[in-house]
Amino acid sequence: MPIFDSDISRQLQSDVKQALATNSPLIIKAGGSKDFYGRTTTGSELNISAHQGIINYHPSELVITARAGTPLKCIEQLLSENQQMLAFEPPAFADSATLGGTIACNLSGPRRAYSGAARDYVLGTKIINGKAEILSFGGEVMKNVAGYDVSRLMTGALGTLGVLLEVSLKVVPIPDAEITLVHSIHLSDALAKLQQWTTLPLPISASCFYQDQLYIRLSGAEPAIRAAQQSIGGDPLKQGNAFWHSIKEQRHHFFDTNKPLSRLSLAANTQALSLGGDTLYEWGGALRWLVSDTPLENIQSASQANAGHACLFRCTATRDTVFQPLAKPLLQRHRQLKQAFDPQGIFNIGRLYPEF
Amino acid sequence: MSHSSVDHHCSSINHQQLLSRLLKILPVGSVLHESEDLRPYECDALAAYRQLPLMVVLPDSVEQVQQILRLCHEINLPVVARGAGTGLSGGALPNTQGLLLSMAKFKNILAVDQHLCLARVQPGVRNLAISQAAEQYDLYYAPDPSSQIACTIGGNVAENSGGVHCLKYGLTVHNIQQLKILTIEGELITIGGSGLDSPGYDLLALMTGSEGMLGIIIEVTVKLLVKPECVQTLLAAFDNIAKAANAVADIIAAGIIPAGLEMMDKLAIQAAEDFVHAGYPREAEAILLCELDGTEAEVHAHIQAVHALLNKSSATEVRIAKDEQERVRFWKGRKNAFPAVGKISPDYYCMDGTIPRQRLAQVLQSMSEMSHDYGLAIANVFHAGDGNLHPLILYDANKPGELQRAEALGGKILELCVAVGGTITGEHGVGMEKLNQMCVQFSAAELTQFHALKAAFDPKGLLNPGKAIPTLHRCAEFGAMHVHHGDLAFPELERF
Repeated sequence: MPIFDSDISRQLQSDVKQALATNSPLIIKAGGSKDFYGRTTTGSELNISAHQGIINYHPSELVITARAGTPLKCIEQLLSENQQMLAFEPPAFADSATLGGTIACNLSGPRRAYSGAARDYVLGTKIINGKAEILSFGGEVMKNVAGYDVSRLMTGALGTLGVLLEVSLKVVPIPDAEITLVHSIHLSDALAKLQQWTTLPLPISASCFYQDQLYIRLSGAEPAIRAAQQSIGGDPLKQGNAFWHSIKEQRHHFFDTNKPLSRLSLAANTQALSLGGDTLYEWGGALRWLVSDTPLENIQSASQANAGHACLFRCTATRDTVFQPLAKPLLQRHRQLKQAFDPQGIFNIGRLYPEF
Repeated sequence: MSHSSVDHHCSSINHQQLLSRLLKILPVGSVLHESEDLRPYECDALAAYRQLPLMVVLPDSVEQVQQILRLCHEINLPVVARGAGTGLSGGALPNTQGLLLSMAKFKNILAVDQHLCLARVQPGVRNLAISQAAEQYDLYYAPDPSSQIACTIGGNVAENSGGVHCLKYGLTVHNIQQLKILTIEGELITIGGSGLDSPGYDLLALMTGSEGMLGIIIEVTVKLLVKPECVQTLLAAFDNIAKAANAVADIIAAGIIPAGLEMMDKLAIQAAEDFVHAGYPREAEAILLCELDGTEAEVHAHIQAVHALLNKSSATEVRIAKDEQERVRFWKGRKNAFPAVGKISPDYYCMDGTIPRQRLAQVLQSMSEMSHDYGLAIANVFHAGDGNLHPLILYDANKPGELQRAEALGGKILELCVAVGGTITGEHGVGMEKLNQMCVQFSAAELTQFHALKAAFDPKGLLNPGKAIPTLHRCAEFGAMHVHHGDLAFPELERF
């Protein structure tokens, strides 16, 4: 798969300058694979998808730096040719997904509970801030505490603080072997088992529970996998890769619905919440997908009551409230940060919260 | 030798008034104001920088800290937070015009959740004490700075501390789940939560490594890891430091992520050997310590692979620790390398640059040339696996001009790290020490962005003023001394 080498950062910078001069809000967009995510926003489109290319990749450094418009699938293919991968297993949701969108959304796949989220692997970023300045933060080394961690602040900010131009990510070796095991089990027993396994030295790399089936993926050196399989039991699933792909990309039949899909992030040992609808569990119980007509407000207050949070991940109606409302002092800091990076307020206005 | 702070805040009340206001918040013994009582707080572990604060406060409740911060905010009084004072960059250096806020009394472990693998602790809890409290559940806290016996978790968060094992297990930022902080206005903010993520901006990452510039940490929830079933360590000797550097890249390229991968050069090997008799090969130019952990089966497979790679990299000798006793001895030399160097030189200056691994051999060679040029020996003991260098510059503070020469050499080393694509600090922080090198690593616009970010949390600039991020004027002054090819750094600024 060819990766184009095209640097349009000066063009993007001049587009931002123009927007500042005319005070016109911008919607930052690349592949559009995650247009459904976040609040509905308005403005003219700043398209970064032509800003592509690998800037630096030396497999022995365990780092890749690429332009934000580079297709995610190109990066993943390049890594896999070198027996490496992105440890956070990002969902793409479409072939058009880019590196920039992946980092702006900070979405991570099944491996997240065991290896970390997108934000854990971000080492550096180059951005355009709300003054149309091109700035670099972090870098390509594993340890770097010079200056505030702006790169991680950008991760998951949904483009509200600036335009991502380049991202440096830590990458990891592909495990030697993987196996998926299935247990037929009831929910409460499944959650208890997941709890128990978390506190044992097992090479678990993914977990999912749906309709009385508990799916566990083990990853690592071949002998380690065999030993762990002996210890936890279960029936091997032949199409393990396809199963996890269907969960990550939300192509599993659970996700095939016109009802609103909510994403709940809770302590792994939180008991099942009575919110109606259908639930699929991931991340050892810490991530719960809910297909339900229950009002978002109720879902969010139930999540908050359990020290977690919830967002409306996908829906067909207008997306007015999406993310869990922030406590007042926290919201205040968010607005001040927005002001610090985008003083004129032109980037993805209201995509995260209506207040900024 | 002392360096003084450039910051002068004008508080609206005098010394006596301040003392009486503080004594309304704290009992008599918790406010120190006589100079002999202030002396122990004059510096952190970067002892070349010393100055006394106006007063030291030692609160023991969140409410007291809240009231202290409200007072500081009201009367525009700078406040510098301090944990155990083990920091190496002057981050806890007091402000002469402000309060030194010691968090030493916040040393309770509030809860250990063996099911969720979390520990909720106060900021003054020592790093090692967390692992000790978790040990009964076969859990531990992974980041292990070499000062872990003394350093506190609050300081670890403020500095984003690393350690020997962060190649595999990450830095502090990867190992915490929730923070409670107080803003300079005394407002309590909870960042993070019970789930693996939280809504909004990643303030958890922003606070981590912010060097006490954005808020005061009053509670930390750390993630605990399950103790590995098996741990094994190899020691490899080399007759050439470049071969050792290349072996590091070979191990990583083979898809193996060791739990720790450390290098020492000849000067460090000999100093450590004389100090603790770890059994290191004295004649070697460099040694590598490689620790592998995981399940029995995994470690066995990886030990074989690494052994073969080291032989292929022309190691002159490879030893696998034959028992736990020998493994501990291998590490004893490494963990005592700094004090060992302290035995062979009256003073040393520890640097903390990080570089891409592939530049290791080149940078080590350049440092050896610089060492010659400056007439000061350098011992190297460092986290080779993640390219985090700790050159120790040997000097004698009693010899006129040697400290200045050591600082100048250190500055050059950091600039070299930036030039090869690295950073001036991997885990020790900027503090007071590396402000000038920040001007080399960041542009005026980037530094201005940092200042705007700071102002979002602390508009009056009262939290640890003058640290971590240099003013543009400071950079202009520093840059003027380093004009490259006729290009003046920061040309947009007025000169004075």
